[in-house]
Amino acid sequence: MMRRYRWSGLAVAAAIMLPFLLSKFQTFQATQIMVYAIAILGLNLLTGYNGQISLGHGAFYAIGAYVTAILMDQAGAPYWAAIPVAAIICFGVGFLFGFPARRLGGHYLALATFALALAVPQLLKWRMIEHWTGGVQGVFLDKPGAPFGLPLNSDHWLYYLVLAHVVLLFWCAANLLRGRIGRAIRAIRDQPVAAETAGIDIARTKAIVFGVSATYTGIAGALSALVIQFVAPDSFPFFLSIYLVVGLVVGGASSLWGAFLGAGFITMVPNIAAEISKGATGLIYAVAMIALMYWLPQGISGGVQRLFVCVSRRRRTAHPSGEG
Amino acid sequence: MNAVPPLVSVRDITVRFGGIIALAGVSFDVASGSIVGLIGPNGAGKTTLFNCLSRVYRPNSGDILVDGASIMQVPRHVVPHLGIARTFQNVSLFDSLTVLDNVLIGGHSIGTGGFFKSAFAWPSVARDEAGLREKARALLAFANLERYADAPARDLPFPIRKRVELARALMSDPRLLLLDEPAAGLNHDEVEVLRAQILRVRTRFNLAVLLVEHHMSLVMSVSDRVVAMDFGRKIADGPPAEVQRNADVIRAYLGADAV
Repeated sequence: MMRRYRWSGLAVAAAIMLPFLLSKFQTFQATQIMVYAIAILGLNLLTGYNGQISLGHGAFYAIGAYVTAILMDQAGAPYWAAIPVAAIICFGVGFLFGFPARRLGGHYLALATFALALAVPQLLKWRMIEHWTGGVQGVFLDKPGAPFGLPLNSDHWLYYLVLAHVVLLFWCAANLLRGRIGRAIRAIRDQPVAAETAGIDIARTKAIVFGVSATYTGIAGALSALVIQFVAPDSFPFFLSIYLVVGLVVGGASSLWGAFLGAGFITMVPNIAAEISKGATGLIYAVAMIALMYWLPQGISGGVQRLFVCVSRRRRTAHPSGEG
Repeated sequence: MNAVPPLVSVRDITVRFGGIIALAGVSFDVASGSIVGLIGPNGAGKTTLFNCLSRVYRPNSGDILVDGASIMQVPRHVVPHLGIARTFQNVSLFDSLTVLDNVLIGGHSIGTGGFFKSAFAWPSVARDEAGLREKARALLAFANLERYADAPARDLPFPIRKRVELARALMSDPRLLLLDEPAAGLNHDEVEVLRAQILRVRTRFNLAVLLVEHHMSLVMSVSDRVVAMDFGRKIADGPPAEVQRNADVIRAYLGADAV
């Protein structure tokens, strides 16, 4: 039990210390990476583990953000109450979308989710709901401060708030994937007919996975609304959905911690590219992406894992007694 | 005398694919605890019949009864709950998962704990999982697969993959085991191992076996009864020795001139 959480425990301890070593902007960036990591984790459960492709997860990110913003702005709800409501709504929307989508395989599902990503930003500008959404202007929010008189500035507080969500949501995902449900999720991806013959209800499982995935990405959206204190339709362009897929593939599908690597990539690489050359950010981003896919076709996490296997194998050949 | 309905009763099943009749009014019973061999040349409709039993295909007419109750409205994923488990002709393993996980998936229908309880590590989930793992380990030992437990299924040679699939099927406590050409691709020695294994499975797990097989000596030596099919029709049904002598069966296998 202790062994299982050893590395995660170390990582959390390091994450708790981190803000004291970072500047204000770097803390913001680290917070943003964690937000994206949650969103990518949701996509990973769906695409990496269950084999359902989504080009529309930006839509759930947007819904999570808007539900939080509207609840806080219109109903005066505290953020800690708005986030769970956003999570539940995103689960519902994801489940309802996943239920008919379960019959669509591969390319067709990709197109259906693509449609979702195109539709949601438009819907947010719709005149009938402008009263809540603020139309193109969007909604501004106050920066939440630390509660209970904790001696933290609001940037640090936001960082820890997001970190707490990361810990909870990664713990849940790890639990889910470890047991009976996780095996069912992966069995459906590998061999649907054999999975069904083994007693797995494919339709139901796929729809729930879609719901859970939307919940994760929706919570990420809700947190992003707090971190940026502003939501507008243009904050959630179609490209957001694509960036999430990029993060998924770069980090490595079917790897939980790969979500952090992917999130780091989509947050940091555009900035680094801009520092190298303002005129060629797209080009540098593209080259970085192609280079990664060429050398690490299974994502960064897949590459690291392979390296680890190589090293431990070499060590075993050096000391044959190590072989059980 | 026959107050108890047979474990499985196939009644007048007909399956058409477009203009082709794959099964034309096939009927037979499988008594609990018996081994029934299903033979016939390629295209006789044996695998189609299997797919009807596991609800992969829906027959155009006819009925299949389990314990006297029709399964025609039962969804595919509920079939293991009725006590029916199967293997596939081409071996259908979950390639990215380990052998142990493959076998554990066979126990999906006897496990409990849904998304919510699993995600929040409910205590009952851990207990349930421990029980399943113990059972899976025992089946790995039974199938002589212990040393492959943590190997990914995709890396294994074909005969091992077949044994993994058998262990997976046994995980759901079936009362009827459907084996689709278990001897295909095995060499002589491996078929002998399989023969012993089928008999051992029957006595140890107290189940019935429906065996589709081309390997005649295997079918004839393990089966209590043999059902022979040709072009979607049943042409013989009886004890192995009798079916072996049946003129229609010989004609189906060797051609009209042989008789």
